[in-house]
Amino acid sequence: VSAFLASNAELIITIVKIALLLFIVLTVNAYLTWFERKVVAHMQSRWGPHRVGPHGLLQPLADGVKFLFKEDPTPAGVDKFVYYLAPLLALALALTSISIIPFGPNPIRLFGHDVYLGIAPPDLNIGILALFAITALGVYGVALAGWSSNSKYPLLGGLRSSAQMISYELSLTMSVVGVLLIAGSFNLTDIINVQAKHPERGILGWNIFPQILGFICFFIAAVAETNRVPFDLPEAESELVAGFHTEYASFKFAMFFIAEYTSMITVSSLCAIMFFGGWLSPFPASWTFTHYLPSVILIPAGLWLIWDGIRYETIFGKIILPGVGTVLTVAGIALLMPDLQFVNEFIQAPFWLLSKIFVFLFVYVWMRGTLPRFRYDQLMAFGWKLLLPLSIANVILTSFVILKWGAQ
Amino acid sequence: VTPQLLIFFVLAALAVLGAVSLILQKHPIHSALSLIVVMVALAGLYLLMGAEFVAAVQIIVYGGAIMVLFVFVIMLLNAGIEEHTSLSKFAGPPGLLLVVALAGFVAATIARSTGTVQAAGQTGAMSSTKGISSMLFRDFVYPFELTSFLILVAIMGAVVLAQREKN
Repeated sequence: VSAFLASNAELIITIVKIALLLFIVLTVNAYLTWFERKVVAHMQSRWGPHRVGPHGLLQPLADGVKFLFKEDPTPAGVDKFVYYLAPLLALALALTSISIIPFGPNPIRLFGHDVYLGIAPPDLNIGILALFAITALGVYGVALAGWSSNSKYPLLGGLRSSAQMISYELSLTMSVVGVLLIAGSFNLTDIINVQAKHPERGILGWNIFPQILGFICFFIAAVAETNRVPFDLPEAESELVAGFHTEYASFKFAMFFIAEYTSMITVSSLCAIMFFGGWLSPFPASWTFTHYLPSVILIPAGLWLIWDGIRYETIFGKIILPGVGTVLTVAGIALLMPDLQFVNEFIQAPFWLLSKIFVFLFVYVWMRGTLPRFRYDQLMAFGWKLLLPLSIANVILTSFVILKWGAQ
Repeated sequence: VTPQLLIFFVLAALAVLGAVSLILQKHPIHSALSLIVVMVALAGLYLLMGAEFVAAVQIIVYGGAIMVLFVFVIMLLNAGIEEHTSLSKFAGPPGLLLVVALAGFVAATIARSTGTVQAAGQTGAMSSTKGISSMLFRDFVYPFELTSFLILVAIMGAVVLAQREKN
């Protein structure tokens, strides 16, 4: 056994990483639904979920159990093979796309192997292209679900979604060309490193400043690609019941749900990596005191959680909330210890990347609480007549600037 | 058997099976799905040869854009199960002849090639943006521009046809 382990170490490390990332992504997905419901509820002066567990924190668990145990009827007249294939395809592609995201620059030394954060190797030359390839295939999950359900609302939802995704994929791809021109590479790690060329500039070195137009186009097109408000026409409740997943119940529905939330995470990571410096700190490199920021956030958050938990109504909440709060406080204090500075240094990069991803996820939820849905003709006119010309103009402008003054 | 060879056989089998299924399926959507399998399997073969860029473009352009359009049109027209007609007299004998000719050509090529086929370079011009750009815009600039022009003409033709229908 040990000989097999030694000769296939890379393979085994990758499999373990996949299992770990899968677990993390699914958990984050579950709590993203809780976060979304809470934030939208507070925006609308409601409480949101608050019955299951303290602050409704066990609601995702209850939802998961419900999805698993609900009856799963297959409607009459569906194309069985495609009907079962569609949710699988949607979920598999969404989960594959997140495996290409790198979460930190430095490897951990484990059993004599450099283990990088993120599944794809850091020297993946076609990083961004591979992501676009997977996104391009993502349309099939929705389109085939709509077609195979043998029902009019899903068919209309599927048709809308294919048309929408074809239209916005162009702008999505064109809007990142500016970033690629600056970086001169498709590799996501290279794209981040180019933004760190002048460590003293900090936030001013990020791509967002030269590429503000590209970012606006990218973010709008990406929201349309993930079928979220205000571009959620494929599942417009008021017109299409539930759009392409009307005929799906139980866990097959949950698979579409997880796929949508996972692609939200992927898009947020891409925004952070390509335009907002990825894992780079927004402060100049010489400001080393900013490295204590994780502790500065963790300790007050933990203390607040303890204070809030002690006053909570239920016994369960009185135990679990201060417990979690204590863990956070202790973790924050531990990161301040001189002996653990190497840990603190190591988590800087993931800390910044995850914070940026969180901000974009919040923007997604914020938009859902704020914006009304587009009309279909508005959607098409916006995509073809405004977004695509803007992103092409960005490519031309960026090319001229780089030709005249160089990439930096 | 090296892992590379194993992956090659799996992908090759997938591509061939997909192509056969493309012809044998009765429903247009199933045929389109089979074609997607062929495209993705081919992309895998390109990856195996170290042509990462070509593999990604294969999936983006063929697997994504073109096949999505196929599926979209089939869905839009709500095309049902094909009605099979009897084999046309014209297609039979010449088709058979073509099959024999193609098989002979492949067999002749295999017979002529001696020893093992050398794999393409793993690194090199085709994996970096710089290499691809200088190939496209310096070495092969005229074919590239001509192809772009051809596609532009096709787009203009489509627009003209759509306009005429409106009036």
